[in-house]
Amino acid sequence: MNWHNIATIYRKELRDSLRDRRTLISTIVIPTLVMPLMFFGVGKMMSNVVTKAREDIPTVAILGGADSAGVVEKFRASKRLRVVPPPGDWRQAISEKRLRVAVQLPENFEAQLQAGAAGAVKIFHYEGELKSENGARVLERFLSELREQAVAQRLAAHGLPAAAARPFEFRRENVAPPEKVGGNLFGGIVPYVIIILCFTGAMYPAMDLTAGEKERGTMETLLCSPVPRVDIVLGKFLMVLTGSLSAMVFMLISMGVSVTVGGTLVMGGRTAARAGAGAVAASAPGGALPMIDPLGVVGVLAMVLPVAVLFSAAAFTVSLFAKSYKEAQSYLGPMIIVVIMPGVIGMLPGIDLSAKTALIPILNLSLVCKEMLSGVWHWGYIGLIFASSSLYAAIALALAVKMFNRESVLFRT
Amino acid sequence: MIEARHLTKTFHDKKRGEILATADVSFRVAPGQIYGLLGANGAGKTTTLRLLATLLRPTSGSATVAGFDVVEHPEKVRANVGFLAATTALYGRLTAREMIAYFGQLNGMAAPALRARIQELSAQLEMGEFLDRRCDKFSTGMKQKTSIARTLVHDPAVMIFDEPTLGLDVMTARAIVRFVRECRDRGKTVIYSTHVMSEVEKLCDVIGIIHGGRLLAEGTLPELRARHGEQDMEEVFVQVVGGEEAA
Repeated sequence: MNWHNIATIYRKELRDSLRDRRTLISTIVIPTLVMPLMFFGVGKMMSNVVTKAREDIPTVAILGGADSAGVVEKFRASKRLRVVPPPGDWRQAISEKRLRVAVQLPENFEAQLQAGAAGAVKIFHYEGELKSENGARVLERFLSELREQAVAQRLAAHGLPAAAARPFEFRRENVAPPEKVGGNLFGGIVPYVIIILCFTGAMYPAMDLTAGEKERGTMETLLCSPVPRVDIVLGKFLMVLTGSLSAMVFMLISMGVSVTVGGTLVMGGRTAARAGAGAVAASAPGGALPMIDPLGVVGVLAMVLPVAVLFSAAAFTVSLFAKSYKEAQSYLGPMIIVVIMPGVIGMLPGIDLSAKTALIPILNLSLVCKEMLSGVWHWGYIGLIFASSSLYAAIALALAVKMFNRESVLFRT
Repeated sequence: MIEARHLTKTFHDKKRGEILATADVSFRVAPGQIYGLLGANGAGKTTTLRLLATLLRPTSGSATVAGFDVVEHPEKVRANVGFLAATTALYGRLTAREMIAYFGQLNGMAAPALRARIQELSAQLEMGEFLDRRCDKFSTGMKQKTSIARTLVHDPAVMIFDEPTLGLDVMTARAIVRFVRECRDRGKTVIYSTHVMSEVEKLCDVIGIIHGGRLLAEGTLPELRARHGEQDMEEVFVQVVGGEEAA
């Protein structure tokens, strides 16, 4: 092994890759854009949809209520509801989103209410449909207030204060530090995005430097040089690894910038101050400011390294076997699913780090990243995961070198 | 100097089983000599040359190239060989200068010597106009000149040409043939494979006819003509390989 040769090959591959549009897109452009798109694109769109749904004044059809004119009038007087005459096919109207909700008042509801005990009021809605669900929620709040008014009137009639039926209040308060809240919020999605980008970042350089070279006829040219094959593999492999790591680094930088800018837009000076303190921060609904432990980010980077080596070596080996760029794509494309699966499993609630899960590649990364971003450091598991991931990476790299020495692979036609 | 001794190479194919690509091929090429390896497509020319350039390992037999054994010292063999084939392409995203410099560096050349060598080759091959342009924009002639400069950058003692004129226009092919002659004139050991009879007649000092992986005949052009009683090289070739059906 000669480091001068390896460095020469690496430098050439780096220069070559920086001139390849496909590699630049997969290792720099997409990783840089993915976070702003998620934050400002998808996030903003979702928040708009939810806000719009919440601002929507639901249409309500009152079923029955001919004998409860007072209550019906209160429905009509509410600014949060828009009472419409019930259509004949009101069930279908709700299913077809022509009507948000319907409320059914029992017979003699108003009289029974005044007498002391009325029957149940039924709300009909479309489960899972955002605007109908919102309509049902508005209706529930309206009915609760109506009930509270009735209680207050009864208490007043007996000369009791309104507080008699509400002897105490309660409210909830978050005690977890912002890092933990942020870790929980981002802990699932960040490792998942990192895993995908690490693989796609390795994918295009791997295909271009192996199958692409075979297809273009430059592999044979390179093999004519006096450089030992192991040096060629390592030079090329380092370029693939650079692609994988650069995808991750660009993603993390872009995430930091996105959440800081996004946070500043929402929170003003507070976010800027915290970001200045070196933390990756993000705004959350309700004015809270979740953060990610910066040490956790460093930990994630360290843990991703052997996995990036594993991905790079695997993508390199598989692409090397292919005769053409297209064939390599058809092998590596489905591999994305294999890579994503453990990442998705890691996001599921109830899947926690254990001695067993610490040995499952990719899943272990996903789980430990979640913990580290929340500021929890299980050193035993971290050591086990780093060691096992390094071992898998070394096996994959050894396999890549072995493949590169096989004539049947290099000259496969 | 090239010396092939009973070179044999078999490949394994899932459908066809063991395939004998070259069988017991032996020949010698002296410095300042062009050895022409003549054969039809699939005769075993490329495999023989790849064995000599150490791109493939022989199944049995051996060869010495520039004094080094192809199995024992493949890196030293490649350091003394310039290999040019229709299949050895250029890096499209590199400039001609970067391409030549890369192979100079891979051959262990120091930067000042490499710079001087690139200037020398550029002047010799008249590459000045396109030396700093990317190879993917080159015409076939420019590509061939860059490939030649790439094979010559480390000034190898042995030159291996595998059908270098395949698919080229007449003028570019003539330039290649002229370049091969110049290599011989500079005392290099040259082996040249082709299936074009006229090239063999014009260029080669010794001709080896290969068919079905076996070297069936060898000699100078006059020797082969006399041995088979034919003046036309094509007729000689057909006789050696056993008639038109066999060819």
